[in-house]
Amino acid sequence: MPDSAKSPKSKTMNRRELLKLTPMLFVGAFAIPKIRDPLLREGVAFTDWASAKWFRRGHLAPTFADSELTPLNQFYVNTYDLDDPGVDLEKWRLTVSGDVKRPGDYTLAQIQSLPKQAQNTRHICVEGWDVIGRFGGTRISDFLEHVGANPDAKFLYVECADDYYESLDMASALHSQSLLCYEMYDQPLTREHGAPLRLRVPTKIGYKQAKYLTSLRVTDVVPKTGYWEDQGYPAYYGL
Amino acid sequence: MAESNSFSIPLATVEAGESQVQTAYEHPWAVRFCHWLNTISLLVMAGSGLQIFRAFPSFGPKIPQHDLLNVPKPLALGGWLGGALQWHLTFAWIYVATGVFYVAYQIFSGNYRQPLVVRKDLPGVWPMIRHYFFFGRKPAQTEVYNPLQKMAYTSALVLGVLSILTGIVLYNPVQFSLLASLIGGFHLARLWHFCVLCALLLFVLGHLIMVILHGWNNFTSMLTGWKRNPEYLP
Repeated sequence: MPDSAKSPKSKTMNRRELLKLTPMLFVGAFAIPKIRDPLLREGVAFTDWASAKWFRRGHLAPTFADSELTPLNQFYVNTYDLDDPGVDLEKWRLTVSGDVKRPGDYTLAQIQSLPKQAQNTRHICVEGWDVIGRFGGTRISDFLEHVGANPDAKFLYVECADDYYESLDMASALHSQSLLCYEMYDQPLTREHGAPLRLRVPTKIGYKQAKYLTSLRVTDVVPKTGYWEDQGYPAYYGL
Repeated sequence: MAESNSFSIPLATVEAGESQVQTAYEHPWAVRFCHWLNTISLLVMAGSGLQIFRAFPSFGPKIPQHDLLNVPKPLALGGWLGGALQWHLTFAWIYVATGVFYVAYQIFSGNYRQPLVVRKDLPGVWPMIRHYFFFGRKPAQTEVYNPLQKMAYTSALVLGVLSILTGIVLYNPVQFSLLASLIGGFHLARLWHFCVLCALLLFVLGHLIMVILHGWNNFTSMLTGWKRNPEYLP
């Protein structure tokens, strides 16, 4: 029984009930740009945090039959700048640095000497479209072991020939389907798909799948989060 | 004064000006709070969702891309895809929290009986439809909500749950791969999520029309909880 029933004056009763709704005014903060922007950043950070919490290391991204593959010519090429940054494939090296025992420049042949894994997985763009592609490459976890990376480091940070850059949390990098990808559809990566080496992490959104890799750093502190993340996209965006 | 009755709603006889009127406390604080908070978050979710949809306004393949419709910019919230995602991923929590709090409150207070449609309401649905759409005689109102109304509110709650489930699949199709496969995979989830939005907007439209038709006294009851001279009282 509401207290207001004791003093049955219509106006006081209504006023008291209206006051009970005032906690709602906190959403009004979203109307003030100065407060709104930090609030939205916090909101995305919280979503990222939750998403990282329910990430399961052993849980695999769904894989698909060859018959379900999107034909390669219908696999949309998304670049932020240019389709072909003109990488000299002969001279190309992956520069590995940071918290690793064996830093240095690695050739594609060295990377390919590690066991190859191929898988048909779904690639999802933040815009909303998706394709199912076939990706082959070296497991990131194998390569990190090969270079003696500290598995307790927090991030991988990669830079690309087209000045794109990305960071990847270690748990996602060590996932058994996360690849340093050098093949699509059983053929060497084409230039528009990121030759000679790209990231392929089926537990992450599309903009995390950096192409034309040139350097890889194992670190606890990333200089920047990622090309799109630094413009406001979620930093973690696990699938 | 206050008394209990067969509708288990608190009643009061109040002084309004010089006369006395019967009032019923139809909407407890928690229901009103959730109603208005949800109004805001639903608007934000719909607006930012439409802005996200503008990035790829199709449910088909990327190549060849066939745009379904061009959502007018004034209907979209966030300015660009990244901005809309920030709104969407922030208010999703408010939307879910409001829903969880509302359902928990309704269950523990027993107030769920007011809006939840149950089997015994079903025979009363068609007469209400006949009344609203085909000029049928108005059935006697025996409860706060009539059977058709209950059905609409229950459907809206179900739609709310579906919007969350399909949204979870869109955001995390790998971690929730089982849920994703239940609704036909990531690609279809996008279509379902959109269909749920359309259905919710349809509900909102109908709701607004009814609110306008039923006037000020009815409208203010969702602000103060109290409704004067409700027709179900003798």
